[in-house]
Amino acid sequence: MAELAVDVSGLGKRYRVGIGADYTTLREHMSMLFGSRRAVREDEEPRELWALQDVSFSMRQGDVLGIIGRNGAGKSTLLKILARITEPTTGAARIHGRLASLLEVGTGFHEDLTGRENVFLNGVVLGMSRREVQVRFDEIVEFSGVSRFLDMPIKRYSSGMKLRLAFAVAAHLDTEVVVVDEVLAVGDSEFQRRCLGKMSDLQRSGRTVLFVSHDLGTVAQLCPRTIWLAAGKIHADGPTEEVIGAYQQSFGAPEIAARLDRAGGGPVRLDSVRLVTSDGAGLEQLRRGDPFTIELCFTNDETVIGLDVGIYLEDSRGVRPLDEGLSEVVGLDIDLSAPGPHKLLLDVPAPLAAKEYLVGVWLGTRTEDFFDEPALRFEIKPALEDSRDAIGKSRVLHGTGRWRVMSP
Amino acid sequence: MQGKPSAPPEPVSPAEQEPQPEPVGGRTPGGEPARDDPRTAWVVNRAPTARWQGVDLAEAWRYRELAYMLALRTFKLRYRQTFFGIAWALLQPLVALAIFAVIFGRFAKLPADGIPYAVFVFPALCIWTYVSTAVSAASLELVSHQELVTKVYFPRVLAPVSALLPGIVDLVISLSLAGVLMAATGVAPGPAILLLPMWILLSCLVALGSGLWLAALNVRYRDVRHTLPFLLQTWLFVSPVVYSSSLIEDGWLRALYSLNPMVAVIDGLRWSLLDAPAPPAYDLLSGAVTILLVVTGLVYFRASERKFADVI
Repeated sequence: MAELAVDVSGLGKRYRVGIGADYTTLREHMSMLFGSRRAVREDEEPRELWALQDVSFSMRQGDVLGIIGRNGAGKSTLLKILARITEPTTGAARIHGRLASLLEVGTGFHEDLTGRENVFLNGVVLGMSRREVQVRFDEIVEFSGVSRFLDMPIKRYSSGMKLRLAFAVAAHLDTEVVVVDEVLAVGDSEFQRRCLGKMSDLQRSGRTVLFVSHDLGTVAQLCPRTIWLAAGKIHADGPTEEVIGAYQQSFGAPEIAARLDRAGGGPVRLDSVRLVTSDGAGLEQLRRGDPFTIELCFTNDETVIGLDVGIYLEDSRGVRPLDEGLSEVVGLDIDLSAPGPHKLLLDVPAPLAAKEYLVGVWLGTRTEDFFDEPALRFEIKPALEDSRDAIGKSRVLHGTGRWRVMSP
Repeated sequence: MQGKPSAPPEPVSPAEQEPQPEPVGGRTPGGEPARDDPRTAWVVNRAPTARWQGVDLAEAWRYRELAYMLALRTFKLRYRQTFFGIAWALLQPLVALAIFAVIFGRFAKLPADGIPYAVFVFPALCIWTYVSTAVSAASLELVSHQELVTKVYFPRVLAPVSALLPGIVDLVISLSLAGVLMAATGVAPGPAILLLPMWILLSCLVALGSGLWLAALNVRYRDVRHTLPFLLQTWLFVSPVVYSSSLIEDGWLRALYSLNPMVAVIDGLRWSLLDAPAPPAYDLLSGAVTILLVVTGLVYFRASERKFADVI
């Protein structure tokens, strides 16, 4: 049995929100000490926020653990405590050996220093000794691919070059425990592939790795075990497949139903949004070029005359390659006014770039909006035969989707 | 999740409650490293138990290369893309010297222990320039390295410490110019010249002590940034830079005056370099204040250290 490498027990982190939370001026502090305490207490009572609560887990040497969860679930706080950037409020985190975090590539980089100077500075900042940097210097430079510009201030580098250099330094840290946070999401695909290769190397060389990502595909590929953090607590901890499955489920119907309740009042409830194949089977993964269908289930509480549906896809830069309205289609005879459940399908033609998208849904009539929100997030992966930068281009598809109704 | 009644786990002395992991492979998983090798030592980040404790100096020493690299970075950047380059190290005290020599030497005719006024003032100005630059750099260092503090771990005390280093190069350069000045005017040092490094070291401690306090305060209260110029200016005039300590009469006033840590530094420097009268016993007080400043600075710094990443 391998030795214990990471041991986290009863970890909690409380942040105070409101008074005394941020940096203050001396005057504010004085007035809190001597001044009118009552006025303070009345409207702005300091609130507490537990970013992490009662988190315990351990890892043995050579383990690779994925950590997933939505924004604000406590992932970064956990990493910050593991990396000793901040202290926990309760509990303790023990790390056997040295820990390097690839969460902050390029920390300490200075624009006016040359690439060479930055490699040394950054290496030492991340916990290497100058000797160690010296020994690995050639390797680092080669990995980064910026050797020709080493003696140029990095302010003249392109952002891609900076990033590659930064990752190269971080990737050559020789620590026992490595924490990786989302770094793989940057750079061109060729570089991403090299990063992934480096990750597998880490794993093979027996390093203990914590991998935090929104990219469930990569988590599944790299980590046998995954922890799902939700609202600062461990929601699930187990084999990656199970945890990711449960996590993805949580994006389905229940949340949307809950969200509609909050919008409140409308006669139409959105029940679920899913990606399916053209014959309605569930989809695990999408690659560039795969056709897919968006399935929308909703329920009318009463007869809604003139109910119309819109579906759009939006990428992270806000571009909408697809934006379809049911009533815009000429000659389509779909009537959704009847009370009860409805199921609507939209076949999406293939040419979409490989990246993340939000599915936005609008339900309403000419005079009223019942629902208008992003309802689902998904990612299209590069096609298997894709090489280098071929994430592909999205063609704008307005009006090319095919609407279908199915009996729910 | 938010709001008080969300039943957080009781924060009652968590250290006692937490189960110790079983010792594996003969190592000690507690706070103590099994050996000095960082590869096999346990690093623990636990909820703080005591409010007051000192900075872990042994750890800071292990990270000394980082302080060196940060100092090197500051040093390399300081004169990059400047026209005068390293000459700035001389220009600053020289300009001040010209002004002070005219105002205090010529017009006010301040006594200078029988030494030509410019020669008398210049070494003091050099070391004052060093201390004041180092103190303001040290106080602002943590905040100006925010990105480092919030993203990687290192003993935070290294930030103010690294701010003390680059100025030493400037100090050595400007003190050599003081030597030239002395040679030109025929002022020779006595045997006390051997103690010169001690006064430079003492000036580092003065800068460190004040820097630690101000750095820790500056993280919480950004007022420090605004107070600093005023504070330094006052400090300059209560220190024997443009005048001689012998101007102050013995008695309680002299004792009060000697509470200023810079008094011993400058008196000592003049003694070593210019063969001025040896520092009086009062200066021991000044030295003691320096030590006190450093020790309390380390404790206060440590107490605020744990909040830096959250507050900064």
